[in-house]
Amino acid sequence: MDDKYKNEFGVFAERPKVEKKIYDGKYIFLGLIIFFAVVTSPLWQNLGKAIPAPVPKLDTPAIQKLAEKDRKCVQPLAFMRANHMQLLDTWRTEVVRGGNRDFVGPGGVKYTASLQNTCLDCHSNKAQFCDQCHNYVAVTPTCWGCHLDMTQKLAEAK
Amino acid sequence: MTDFFKLHFFVPLAAVLGLVVVAYVGVQANLQLLFGVVVPYMAALIFIEGMVYRLIQWTRSPVPFRIPTTAAQNKSLPWIEKNLGEKLDNPETTKHVVGRMALEVLAFRSLFRNTRTELRQDPDHPEGARLIHWSYKWLWLGAIAFHYAFLVVILRHLRFFTEPVPGFVYLLDSVDGFLQFFVPVVYLSGLVLLVAAGYLLLRRILRPELRYISLAADYFPLFLILSIAITGILMRYFYKVDIVAVKDLALGLATFKPKVVAGIGVIFYIHLFLVCVLFAYFPFSKLMHAPGVFLSPTRNLACNSRWVRHVNPWNYPVKFHSYAEYEDKFREAMIEADIPVEKES
Ligand code: HEM
Repeated sequence: MDDKYKNEFGVFAERPKVEKKIYDGKYIFLGLIIFFAVVTSPLWQNLGKAIPAPVPKLDTPAIQKLAEKDRKCVQPLAFMRANHMQLLDTWRTEVVRGGNRDFVGPGGVKYTASLQNTCLDCHSNKAQFCDQCHNYVAVTPTCWGCHLDMTQKLAEAK
Repeated sequence: MTDFFKLHFFVPLAAVLGLVVVAYVGVQANLQLLFGVVVPYMAALIFIEGMVYRLIQWTRSPVPFRIPTTAAQNKSLPWIEKNLGEKLDNPETTKHVVGRMALEVLAFRSLFRNTRTELRQDPDHPEGARLIHWSYKWLWLGAIAFHYAFLVVILRHLRFFTEPVPGFVYLLDSVDGFLQFFVPVVYLSGLVLLVAAGYLLLRRILRPELRYISLAADYFPLFLILSIAITGILMRYFYKVDIVAVKDLALGLATFKPKVVAGIGVIFYIHLFLVCVLFAYFPFSKLMHAPGVFLSPTRNLACNSRWVRHVNPWNYPVKFHSYAEYEDKFREAMIEADIPVEKES
């Protein structure tokens, strides 16, 4: 390209020499470093560590007593993993508002809709079964505001 | 004009729907490794590299002089009030520049001063119209609600990427869900995100002048963010997935011990894929306004042109064409046309 500016009067001026360099790089790179440091900071503590996911324990006395083929939950495993909170909420509404404690699971098996008497009967290990995963994904269900974890009390009574 | 709108509206819409289909089909074809591990890492890499690349490009464009939209006259003219607002508007010192920038970034102050110009019916002359400028706050409200909701949602997502989960995430969780309705508890920020982004989209569709200037590059990020919010909300409240498995996958990514985790519903992969596309797209899009605010010359320079001489570093010798020379050149023609001249010959 022509390195002179021209107009009708001839050469108007030399094309300015703009230096090719990094301008204000100090601030911009500092900003970039601060940005990435802040964004990744929550991840540093576990970098390179393998963190195993919790495995809910099923070795309670009530479950051990059952025959292998009867060790089934009120709904299939995959459903319970994702939807147990919804199921409990439906039970609550049915029981508290409708006075209905009958729940029919797959295959026509009848259950009593009750967190303490049905769920916690088999899963008497609340800490290893419920709390472990709840803590892992940082949820604090309001269930335990009313429903008591009886295991400790029963152990003390014995 | 209608066709122009249709093209710029429906092409990005089809693109986002296409992305949803790609993730759906991919996961049905058991490509969990691709969509759960490879694509997220690639997106993170593109995001980082793209960001560094764009910023290096930006450092290469010089900012030769101040743009003294306001010139800190409050310093030299004693009769101008010197209150804090005045100092933040016309900062003399770096401290005040930082203050102005903080207000810009945290409170979207320039947007708050947005005005709208409209022809309104004139009450005094019912048959005539009157041009009025009025302070228009809805855009500011929509934008600030959207950005803060987005921030809160992302911070809450840290519960998938950290173990133990930091305390402030629990705090955000309980504040955000304090209305305690529905199971699982509804997060207000998720709804605010959806409503605010919806408003930002409708604004472009419904106002003719905005529809006219809106391009595919304006609609695509909106569609992408809306679809991320919609899939997230569907996943949390309606089509649930195994959250323990999600965290297992997310922690694997975050600790660089990636693993494929079985049993996560396809909607999660759709959500994740859209997020990956958003991050990969970010450095090459208008979303770069985020780092861009910090580089706005009217916001990040002190208004000190009245007492600091800023010389353009590559000022060049300008050949002036003075009036005398001009007259010398056109004198005869000027005299002929009866234009007064300073020298007769
Ligand atoms: C730009 C980033 C993202 C945005 C804007 C976003 C947005 C959302 C929104 C609005 C929800 C609904 C619930 C809520 O309000 O929190 C949600 C839920 C969810 N998101 Fe995201 N998301 C993002 C990134 C991710 C990533 C990277 C993951 C991968 C782990 C992810 C996994 C999930 C999961 C598993 C849920 C369901 C949460 C639950 O059941 O509590 N999201 N997301």
